[in-house]
Amino acid sequence: MYEQIAFYLFSVLTIGLFLVTVLSKNILYAMTSLAAGMVLISGFFFLLEADFLGVVQLIVYVGAVMALYAFAMMFFDATRDIKENTTNNALVFFLGGMVALVLVLIFLAPVFSENIEAIYPVVEGVGNAQAVGMVLFTKYLVPFEVAAVMLLVAMIAGIILAGKKMDHSLTTNDDKIISQEDTK
Amino acid sequence: MIGLSHYLILSGLLFAIGLVGVLRRRNLLMLFFATEIMLNSANIAFAAASYYYNDLTGQMFAFFIIAVAASEVAVGLGLLIVLYKKFGTLDLDDLASMKG
Repeated sequence: MYEQIAFYLFSVLTIGLFLVTVLSKNILYAMTSLAAGMVLISGFFFLLEADFLGVVQLIVYVGAVMALYAFAMMFFDATRDIKENTTNNALVFFLGGMVALVLVLIFLAPVFSENIEAIYPVVEGVGNAQAVGMVLFTKYLVPFEVAAVMLLVAMIAGIILAGKKMDHSLTTNDDKIISQEDTK
Repeated sequence: MIGLSHYLILSGLLFAIGLVGVLRRRNLLMLFFATEIMLNSANIAFAAASYYYNDLTGQMFAFFIIAVAASEVAVGLGLLIVLYKKFGTLDLDDLASMKG
């Protein structure tokens, strides 16, 4: 009963907030509603008994990614409304609606999956975080290490790209060509 | 009772919202927001499959998606700052420098 109430409440709120994100003209409103939607999505994870995933969602998405967006917005003019010349709004909504319809039809179709068996079943008697750790550090150890290296590469790339000496052509050697093209 | 299909339909709707954003937006930062929505809808589908099939693999995929999304945001925002300092705008129509 409570699960149903929570599911429908979270669903309506998440869809509404993400619609605000997609349709809003103000970057600040879009980012705030996106952060709120992320918090509610972690609520889905707690409903699905994926406690560790929910906590990671809260820490990484709502904490780190949104803070990164907020810092990046200091470089841009965030208070002004952005003007976008949307060429064909009706076509976009038609395509999006069609994709939604097709996805819902696919998901509504009967799933012939009776013979699916869990490869790594949930271990009984331990919490979710412990079970996740057992699977992550045995079966998925190599992808875990690769993800760690990828995060390191992303950190170095972010530091270099947003670093101070950007004006001295640190990223590209053909700055002049692009700027000449731009000042046409 | 909430079943797997409820979560999958929700995930499909959120994915469609993100797709509308990707198709409709001309501002690069807003495009990033829309891609975050799409990644999150995939995460919901993975967590739901993990719960209803009693298998932890779905949650593992969701963790790796979160890691990929975090590194994508780090690199992408660095690129956005470079673009903004060079061109003074984030609008895709103004950034088009190739002919054709």
